[in-house]
Amino acid sequence: MPLTIRELPREKYVLPGHAACPGCPEAMGLRYVGMALGRRAILVIPAGCTSIIQGLSPGSGLAFPIINVAFASSDAVAAGASAAKEVLGEDAIVVVWAGDGATSDIGFATLSGAAERGDNIIHICVDNEAYMNTGIQRSSQTPRGAWTTTTWRGKAEPKKNMPLIMLSHGVPYVATASVAYPLDFIEKLRKAATIRGFKYIHLHAPCPVGWRFDPSETVEIARLAIETGMWVLFEAERGRVAISPPSRPYVDKSRRKPIVEYLKRQGRFRNITEELVKELEREVDEYWSILIKLSSQ
Amino acid sequence: MRLTLTGNYCVAYAVKLARVRVVSAYPITPQTTIVEKISEMVDEGEADIKMIRVESEHSALSAVYGAASAGVRSFTATSSHGLLYMHEMVWWVAQARIPLVMAVVTRTIGPPWNIWTDHHDIMGQRDTGWLIAMAENNQEVLDETIKLFKITEDPDVFLPGMIGLDAFVLSHTVEPVEVPDQDVVDSFLPERRQPYVIRAGDPLIMGNIPSDLVRNARMRWDVHLGLRNAETVIERVDQEWGKLTGRYHGGLTECYRCEDSKYIMMGIGSWVGDMRIAVDSLRDEGYPVGLLKIRYVRPFPVRRVYETVKGSKGVVVFDRSISAGSAGPLFLDVASHVQAMRLGIPVKNVVAGLAGVDVGYRDFELIVRRFVEEVEREGWVREFLEFYSGR
Ligand SMILES: Cc1ncc(C[n+]2csc(CCOP(=O)(O)OP(=O)(O)O)c2C)c(N)n1
Ligand code: SF4
Repeated sequence: MPLTIRELPREKYVLPGHAACPGCPEAMGLRYVGMALGRRAILVIPAGCTSIIQGLSPGSGLAFPIINVAFASSDAVAAGASAAKEVLGEDAIVVVWAGDGATSDIGFATLSGAAERGDNIIHICVDNEAYMNTGIQRSSQTPRGAWTTTTWRGKAEPKKNMPLIMLSHGVPYVATASVAYPLDFIEKLRKAATIRGFKYIHLHAPCPVGWRFDPSETVEIARLAIETGMWVLFEAERGRVAISPPSRPYVDKSRRKPIVEYLKRQGRFRNITEELVKELEREVDEYWSILIKLSSQ
Repeated sequence: MRLTLTGNYCVAYAVKLARVRVVSAYPITPQTTIVEKISEMVDEGEADIKMIRVESEHSALSAVYGAASAGVRSFTATSSHGLLYMHEMVWWVAQARIPLVMAVVTRTIGPPWNIWTDHHDIMGQRDTGWLIAMAENNQEVLDETIKLFKITEDPDVFLPGMIGLDAFVLSHTVEPVEVPDQDVVDSFLPERRQPYVIRAGDPLIMGNIPSDLVRNARMRWDVHLGLRNAETVIERVDQEWGKLTGRYHGGLTECYRCEDSKYIMMGIGSWVGDMRIAVDSLRDEGYPVGLLKIRYVRPFPVRRVYETVKGSKGVVVFDRSISAGSAGPLFLDVASHVQAMRLGIPVKNVVAGLAGVDVGYRDFELIVRRFVEEVEREGWVREFLEFYSGR
């Protein structure tokens, strides 16, 4: 039975006093983490927007136990905390909540190490496709063609494909998610919490500030990413890939919206050339064909 | 039980006896045999420790920090480049007030690659808020490692601590060592204490942005006060250990023949052993020399230094590292406190033994003889800083 909104708990984990921008996808994601894991969660958070979103100490706008940690350290800190809870026999789900920079750039070796060791943690990469906390600089997950404050003419390189990289680690659970599909994300989190070992969930998180769209449109933009096929929801248990229901219609390429519908809504792609759009289309098709091949195995 | 052990094995035995529950480390010469030995103890079922075999030192300290924050006694070990690679987390752990213990096998920093001992790695951590102990011999390595768990977990301190042992001279050299029984250590070490524990269901947040910078500044100052408190705690814990085992090491410092001396040598680490021999022979020659062994670089033993050097005619401080562009770090501490106390005594700094260059008792004799003669003749030292690279 699929999860419905009625079944979600009412306790709040993102409280008044948080300091997220209007329309912030990270604040949305944190709400869903609270709904999914509730009081069992311990969050480990490296430098990034969520360092700010928590609000000011003493006190906080988030109702989780949180260890804030250095930028590159989170999966190792989480591994230690998880090991300690096991030693003590305490129930806890230790979750790394890390940006795309913390996940795929500075913290990449730490993440890869924890994945390879099978540390019993959930890593959530909250992917707003740039270093937002320091003012919209490129990360390895900024898409090709996107403006950032360190790529004024648009990023020349493609987005690093973290879900596939994590799949290659052979970990028991890899999934992608989107802030536009909270029930899908919550179900994936709950499933991850039942699996022992290293779990990776990549949450697509359109950021109005960095992507240049109106704060009221976060969910719409996130949904367009799915509908154009630019972002694909799937999960892989023990390496077996299954396209998730919200993305399933788009296995059929003819049902995908043209990617320009997604791009033109975001100021960061304002100066993108037709050539680059073609390149992006080609990359989207290629990614889909890899996923389709993996999911039919 | 009397065993013949290397310094590194002493660390491993201490970790086991202290009932550490989580260990994480990354290999680097000459630290590696510490973790190898602990792994063996775990595999043989002799120690109930969870090992996290990480991919870097940054992660090693991060992992034990996570474990310690979550409530268990934790330990790591490293050396040289590994310690430098950890540096960000070295600060983080202390400012988060999480007690844990780390062994640092003191080794030269490259380039060029060099595995022999000097003290640049550990002395480079002086400002981080950690307790920093330096051992002279393997017995002290074992005893101080055990004691550090008690000292760092004392509510008046609540800070992490390092035990420094010199590469190869201690780490890979065997000495007869008295290893205490488990029940002795159990009676000495209380249950783990720490200022807070991160637990599921308890929304405690460590480290979000401060609303009040003055409060943040006070937290910084409080780390300093914690280290000052540690002065008393180190002394008390060493006395307890002395009563229990018959081995009191002197607390923050140890004086060797300084009571009736006029000139004081000071140093840290394994070469203090050679300094003792030099003191004896200089005494035989009629030079009124004593030795103050600094056992703790942090907290710096301000009072002990004052009490020892006041009334003396000169002090010579040996550093096995240099704060390039200034002077040796131990000297900088000694000289500034001697000056602040208006003692008006000449303090000379000899920087020696860098990059593992061997310095023996004959070198100390020569240097100190020259120093004493100069002060007797001139009343002061002309060059306060000397680089000594051999006889
Ligand atoms: C070692 C280190 N280098 C740089 C920084 C500065 N810094 C803080 S957050 C950040 C970017 C975070 O980007 P990301 O992980 O994508 O998270 P977001 O802010 O987008 O949520 C940077 C570069 C730091 N805190 N630590
Ligand atoms: S910059 Fe973006 S991700 Fe960061 S707090 Fe603002 S809306 Fe959220």
